[in-house]
Amino acid sequence: MTDSQREIPGLFSGLVATARRDLLLAWKRPGDVLNPLFFFAMVCTLFPLAIGPSAEQLEFSGPGVLWVAALLSTLLSLNSLFLSDYEDGSLDQLLVSPQPLPVLVLGKTLAHWLTSGVPLVFVSPILAITYRMPLSVVTVMMLTLVLGTISLSLLGSIGAALTVGLHRGTALLSLLILPLAMPVMLLGANAVALAANNDVYTTGIWALAAYAIGSLSLAPYATAAALRISNE
Amino acid sequence: MTHKLTGDNLTLIRGERCLFERLSFALESGSLLILEGRNGCGKTSLMRAIAGMLSLETGHIYWDDTPVEKQRQIFHGSLVWLAHRTGLKGDLTLVENLGFERSLRTQSGRDVEEVYERLGISRLKKLVLRSLSAGQQRRVALARMLLADVPLWLLDEPFTNLDREGRKLVMELVEEHLAEGGLCVMAAHQDVEINAPVTKVQIQ
Repeated sequence: MTDSQREIPGLFSGLVATARRDLLLAWKRPGDVLNPLFFFAMVCTLFPLAIGPSAEQLEFSGPGVLWVAALLSTLLSLNSLFLSDYEDGSLDQLLVSPQPLPVLVLGKTLAHWLTSGVPLVFVSPILAITYRMPLSVVTVMMLTLVLGTISLSLLGSIGAALTVGLHRGTALLSLLILPLAMPVMLLGANAVALAANNDVYTTGIWALAAYAIGSLSLAPYATAAALRISNE
Repeated sequence: MTHKLTGDNLTLIRGERCLFERLSFALESGSLLILEGRNGCGKTSLMRAIAGMLSLETGHIYWDDTPVEKQRQIFHGSLVWLAHRTGLKGDLTLVENLGFERSLRTQSGRDVEEVYERLGISRLKKLVLRSLSAGQQRRVALARMLLADVPLWLLDEPFTNLDREGRKLVMELVEEHLAEGGLCVMAAHQDVEINAPVTKVQIQ
């Protein structure tokens, strides 16, 4: 055993390794990624069928429906964020690793965003067509979804960490996260609606960006603390 | 450099139950601590407490005379924990699983192929862990332990699922580790035949 050269791999390598592992797992089990996406697509396509083909009504309800569906499908995918790690013991291994837990958590959240938020953003334009959204509004919607899903993944990780030890904590998770996630949905849907009316929508975008940055700087610490508590 | 792991006046209460009270132990480089007691007496809980995952009612764990909560990163960088649940991903292959670990912990300079060979898992490199037997998975967990360059091994029931050869191998590995100046805490039911200074802690 050499004591002279005991260097722990850097922060960045810990972050990348966790994200990479989760992406690899998602790749091997695509169902976990596709289910929430399928749910999102279902809600968005069923709505126009239910409320009728009136163009005015569709244009009016489009932003709201898309955002509600995005929020719910993200909540759906959050439940499994730490669950498999908890069950197979890898969470324990993460907790005793020399890497700072917030960094590893950030890696996991990054992977979650890449497999839930990003696909959502790319699928949304196709669904927006059913609501007769013009191209300029679609780009605004995609932008709000990019920023919004970053916040949702990060805030959701706190809830997922708090409920990881409980079996079937999905309902509780949604209840915990909803107050934090609500502003994201309101800001997002509102900005898109304003853009559809040719109004000034940039305030909403900035607010969403601020929310995302706020979550990025605070959520990993909260999640790490929550994981330590719920894994006792 | 020698290391020291001490537990002083440890009390752990889970729910309404007191698992152990005023428990103390001391362990130095080259020696082995065996935790004994019947099922459910709190061996794993003590192990988790040593790893810093459970908060104790009273007492502290010290690593090199400093409380571990004051130097979490250094302490966690000096230990590897073989738990009951292996912490390996069933959907990933052996190489992918161990590659992940490599980015978290300091690695020993050991030759990877040699370690695989010794543990009898070199044939299994390309298979996903899910398709391996419980004993083979445990061997992979042992490989993770060998590839990390850490002085302290925490082994919770390391013989579970292993065949006779495997059990012998674990004892050999621990013996070598101790001979190199390592420390080992082990929770075990079976008789352990290891040629090294052994301290036993009986949990009531």
